[in-house]
Amino acid sequence: MPVSYYIILASALFCIGVAGVLTRRNAIIVFMCIELMLNAVNLLLVAFSKMQNIATPPGSVSVGGSDAQIFVFFIMVVAAAEVSVGLAIIVMMYRNVHSIDINFLNRLKN
Amino acid sequence: MDITTIVFWFLSALALFSAIMVITRKNPIFSVLWLIIVFFAISGHYLLLNAQFLAVVNIIVYAGAIMVLFLFVLMMMNLENLPVVNKNIWMKFLGVISGGLLLCILVSTSKSAADMNLKTIIMKEGNIGLIENLGKVLFTKYALPFEISSILFLSAMVGAVVIGKKES
Repeated sequence: MPVSYYIILASALFCIGVAGVLTRRNAIIVFMCIELMLNAVNLLLVAFSKMQNIATPPGSVSVGGSDAQIFVFFIMVVAAAEVSVGLAIIVMMYRNVHSIDINFLNRLKN
Repeated sequence: MDITTIVFWFLSALALFSAIMVITRKNPIFSVLWLIIVFFAISGHYLLLNAQFLAVVNIIVYAGAIMVLFLFVLMMMNLENLPVVNKNIWMKFLGVISGGLLLCILVSTSKSAADMNLKTIIMKEGNIGLIENLGKVLFTKYALPFEISSILFLSAMVGAVVIGKKES
């Protein structure tokens, strides 16, 4: 599979996430679009970890590349921590403002 | 056209379609459910790339834990009688336009890279994604970041509890 297919797929997923962040006003959906962007980056990292030159004979399996997959693992760890704190913030804002529309949240004071 | 190519195109189409459904649904519950389908499609891609550990972790952590957390928060809130704000159609239009422009720039940049045609992705072989190799690397070379991430989890847990506590 050529590497450009994976680049285009991950770019498309990332840009759908960007468009979602820019268009939706619901704070939880904005948050979900951020998760979508993180996953697009993860997919591209895993694809790059399996990349090799065409000229390499197919029998020789490369040994490198596990760094990228460890990196994806740490991205998932940070995303899980981020989601727990972010959802706690959203719940607290809903308790105070009774809305999760980000147009209402432009003033964080009072 | 072998089975790997067919599965690749099917999973890509499924992921893109579900991602578009995520950002177009009115009801946030449906957005969450479509996002779970996106995560399953991405896990299928990981399996196709022979990264089985990441495929399983992706399903457990994202589709299992994070999305359940989202659903839980959505169901705790009463979203039925929220005040409706005036929707600005131009903002949506401009958001979609800027997202599309970013996609055009990324694709054209990757297309114009010189050695992009010389690279290929090995599908369904190689053992770097197996749990044995990743575990060895994780607990030898990356032992310190692993421990630091546990501290990060602890602080996130404390932070979530402190933020979510009701002020009396």
